[in-house]
Amino acid sequence: MLYTKENWGPVPSGWTRRRLLGLQELSSEELTILLDLADRFRKNVLDNPENARKISLLNGKAIVNLFFENSTRTRVSFGLAGRRLGADVIEFSAATSSLSKGETLVDTAQNILAMGVDAVVVRHGCPGAPRLLAQNLENCAVVNAGDGAHEHPTQGLLDVLTMRQRLGSLEGKTVAIVGDIAHSRVARSNVFALQKLGAKPIVCGPSTLVSPHWAELGVEYAYSLDEILPRVDVFNLLRIQLERQVVRPFPSLAEYAHLYAMNAERLARCKKDVLVLAPGPINRGVEITPEVADGPHSAILDQVTNGVAVRMAALWATLTAVAERRF
Amino acid sequence: MSNALLIQNGRVVDPAQNLDQIADLLIVDGKIAALGADAASQAPEDAVKIDATDKIVAPGLIDMHVHLREPGGEDAETVATGTLAALSGGFTSIACPPNTNPPIDSPATVALVRELAESARHCNVYPMCCISKGRKGEELAELGILFESGAVACSDDGSGIEDSELMRRALEYCLMFDKPILCHEESAPLAKGGVMHEGLVSTVLGLRGIPAEAEDVMVTRDLTLAESVGARVHIMHISTKGAVAAVRRAKARGVRVTAEVAPHHLTLTDEELRSFESNFKMNPPLRSREHVDACIAGLVDGTIDAIATDHAPHAPEKKDREINVAPFGIVGLESALPLAIETLVDSGLLTWSQLIEKMSLNPARILGIAKGTLAVGADADVVVIDPTLEWDFVESEMRSKSKNSPYLGRRMKGRAVATIVAGELRFDRR
Repeated sequence: MLYTKENWGPVPSGWTRRRLLGLQELSSEELTILLDLADRFRKNVLDNPENARKISLLNGKAIVNLFFENSTRTRVSFGLAGRRLGADVIEFSAATSSLSKGETLVDTAQNILAMGVDAVVVRHGCPGAPRLLAQNLENCAVVNAGDGAHEHPTQGLLDVLTMRQRLGSLEGKTVAIVGDIAHSRVARSNVFALQKLGAKPIVCGPSTLVSPHWAELGVEYAYSLDEILPRVDVFNLLRIQLERQVVRPFPSLAEYAHLYAMNAERLARCKKDVLVLAPGPINRGVEITPEVADGPHSAILDQVTNGVAVRMAALWATLTAVAERRF
Repeated sequence: MSNALLIQNGRVVDPAQNLDQIADLLIVDGKIAALGADAASQAPEDAVKIDATDKIVAPGLIDMHVHLREPGGEDAETVATGTLAALSGGFTSIACPPNTNPPIDSPATVALVRELAESARHCNVYPMCCISKGRKGEELAELGILFESGAVACSDDGSGIEDSELMRRALEYCLMFDKPILCHEESAPLAKGGVMHEGLVSTVLGLRGIPAEAEDVMVTRDLTLAESVGARVHIMHISTKGAVAAVRRAKARGVRVTAEVAPHHLTLTDEELRSFESNFKMNPPLRSREHVDACIAGLVDGTIDAIATDHAPHAPEKKDREINVAPFGIVGLESALPLAIETLVDSGLLTWSQLIEKMSLNPARILGIAKGTLAVGADADVVVIDPTLEWDFVESEMRSKSKNSPYLGRRMKGRAVATIVAGELRFDRR
């Protein structure tokens, strides 16, 4: 069946936000609305030969990718998501912008707004920067594409979407997020989403990168990967964020890999249908070995496809909230 | 013209004289001339009369921690604007740390600040000098010359002194001047890259934390050094339960230590950072509830001697930015008194006399200045406070050049309505 603007249907009325700044502030209902939309985009548009990956829900809309931090896949994924929906996508990166001339984030935002942009996708090294931007952008959708070590909501959504597609409900499932918890926005967005969907997250990594404060949020924390292997349904293996570390939290990457790399030997001690995710870019041989990354338990490339679907959902939902003045 | 002021029928609170009663106060030629029953009868015919019925009449407030930013930071504050904000907040004397640009480490800079204050003719200003040359924490500044030129105390505020040997030597060297060292207690390696208090909230927000230990280890070290040397040490902007406990134990042992706390460390917690608003970013950072409660308890039991604002103005183009890059600090002069009244007096934790002790008498004693009392013969620095006046803390009410306050928009209760310095009514809100 061919899906078009006319037969696609509306954004569910439970969605009223023009900003997607993080998953912590979403209700489980809002989270489910986005996941269900993404599921539909994946099945009925991206994987549907009749639709040829396109649906013109956002014709005439202009989206700017405002990236103050390096990114390849997230930026491409957002760009593709916008274009698949028929929007125009403009690229803006800090290296080529006037930020080097001392212009503030707010000035930049207002300039972009004055050009007539409908949505801003922002990545920034500072936690809270997308919020600061959103406060200064009237009648504009804002989607956080990663703010420092705070949140990366579309990554969190695509991770749980991938889990949901493979496992059905996440209720009661144990999901271990392994790696540089302290510096990872992916860890935070995963934890918040998983808790809202009834799953049981464990944050696991070196004791210098895993704060006991997680327990106060009802999140189990663990230092030993080997100890938790047999009771975990999904592993999400994070990258070590060397660029965000102020001090070296462990002696060497080799020691880290020794303690935390998911390899064939460790995989053999996991549940036999265990699912392995990694947000990428993956460091083969550090957090994951090639035979696991490319093996049957890995959902890494599926995550990437789901990323486009999730971003289509986020852009369509937030832009609809603006167009219909739902907020 | 006799140059006299008669403040009538106010509730005179003067902890130095153990006084809290309805009385008249007569000021003549810049000095307290009479207090009590004979004040009115001694007043000259043409004395200006101030009706202080239902008002508190107290020695002018003294803020021993005010960043005036001049020289070098005039975009944020000048001596003139900062001292006007002080008057507006009920302060008649302030001490300013030396982390200006250039830092106050030469007699010329001490003189500059004093001259700017004199020509502004608002409140009294007592500049501090640096402990170390250039505030670099490497070698001692010329403390003897600086004290002689009018520096009230020494401090490297803005940074801790990492080098324990230098700290010990500074404490020893100050013994012969009987001047206190005012300590900014922060271990730079422990605080490196930090934006807010390290704890549950920083974990959730992904902001790098400044652990309480960054303050605790330095306070503990300096108390140990001060004890062995026998020197006076003053802990600036105390903010952790560990530091409060350490000061309490040290006082019990007889260590010559005093401490100050800022109003924001008594009234706000790190939960505020969830807004990512840079007006909640200061150093030391807003701590979690247990630390705030410990600071309040320390103030109540006398472990903490003084309330000092750490008034830290910043121009909006620098402060209204992403929280990682925004500078530390908030303004405090014009919100301190109502916050203290609400948090401490209205709640029954402190009496009015105890509050005035923390905001006037004790700062004067710590700094060694002849202020903080309404005794006959004393300098006539007086504040008249309306303890029940309700008002909105908004930008247009602020005299400070910078408006970086986390309390903007808040309904306040209690305010200075007249501020008198050297017998002159310098600020009149009546």
